Amino acid sequence: MSRHTLDAKRLLCPMPVIRAQDKIKTLSVGDVLEVVCTDPGALQDVPAWCRINGHKVLETKTTDDEVFIIIEVMAAEGMK
Amino acid sequence: MSKQRKAVSLISGGLDSLLATKVILDQGIHVEGINFFTGFCVEGHTHAIRKQDKDKVKRNNALWSAEQLGIKLHIVDVIEEYKDVLLNPKHGYGQNMNPCLDCKGFMVKKAVEWIKENDFDFIITGEVVGQRPMSQRKETMPIIQQESGAGDLLLRPLCAKNLPETLPEREGWVDREKLLDFSGRTRKPQMALAKEFNFEGYATPAGGCCFLTDKNYSDKLVDMWQHRSSRDYELDDLMMLKVGRHIRPNDNFKMIVGREQGENKFMEGYRKMYPYIHSISHNGPLTLIDGTMSEEDAVLAARIAARFGQGRDDEEVEMAVNYLDGTKTILKVKPMSKEEILKAWYV
Repeated sequence: MSRHTLDAKRLLCPMPVIRAQDKIKTLSVGDVLEVVCTDPGALQDVPAWCRINGHKVLETKTTDDEVFIIIEVMAAEGMK
Repeated sequence: MSKQRKAVSLISGGLDSLLATKVILDQGIHVEGINFFTGFCVEGHTHAIRKQDKDKVKRNNALWSAEQLGIKLHIVDVIEEYKDVLLNPKHGYGQNMNPCLDCKGFMVKKAVEWIKENDFDFIITGEVVGQRPMSQRKETMPIIQQESGAGDLLLRPLCAKNLPETLPEREGWVDREKLLDFSGRTRKPQMALAKEFNFEGYATPAGGCCFLTDKNYSDKLVDMWQHRSSRDYELDDLMMLKVGRHIRPNDNFKMIVGREQGENKFMEGYRKMYPYIHSISHNGPLTLIDGTMSEEDAVLAARIAARFGQGRDDEEVEMAVNYLDGTKTILKVKPMSKEEILKAWYV
């Protein structure tokens, strides 16, 4: 189990979703991925992608400039 | 026990692909969605850049559709591969820079590759005969099947009864009788079916999904190509075409002037990629410069940029011109009047 960070700043959706999706493909079940974005739309889209694909959003937080989404990679069945 | 058949559905985020997928799901087929991001998709949250839109619900309609349907969605970045579709469309462009027929063929071709890699059986789309003037006509729909290599693995559930049988129908994987016979530009049958399926809050019917069908966007794209030595582009170029006022006072440079706080903030992320101008003496927008400026051009650009700041009516404002090598010039200029900024300069 390990923790990873994905810098998706300055990318507009759906690019942060695509980057998160592609990163998760390389991770193992139980790994945690923190996605850092500047597009506030990511706060809606990345969790939606996680719900659809079976991953767990542990936490979301926002600052003035950035959005953080922390994801736990769930069962491999959810990964393609 | 018969094999569980699997289909991949091209999910655009619009109503048609939502309905087509539901029709096939209801026949017991395992369906997963695929969505291709070309860089020109309206589905992105481009409009969320602007502060005035901050209160609007921001959602990606392809993800929303998948969630309504309870299926997985694979979003695929095809920005690089899509360049050839846009730059060399075999079937030409539509009203603007939209290569719709080539685009659909390309996406179905990508779906063919995907089903081979993932051991799926066939492809579905939300196409309807006669709905679009370029890619969804009775004469052009077989071209998509042929040129994509999908052949009769491509099923269009919303209008299947108007088309020849496909493999999934012939093999009995799906019941042709339960497929539909929609045709033409009317949206009423789709809206009635959405009601039957209890879909609410779906994306506006017939709403465009591609910036290339938009005249203003296409004009900016063509202008960009005309003023560069090649028609190549990067994703950042496409993003820049979506923000700000675009003003070209000279062939060698274009100004991108932020229209409000949200855009200025977004554009700040590009200050290492473009020279930029901002006001020191007054509040005002950020202006990025695409191209190269002489000293004379810099004064011209500063005067134009000053027009959009709070010092627009003053005799003199102080503007900072920042270059990519890190140097900065401070200019004291008189803001241009509205009349001095020629309409022809606006891209």
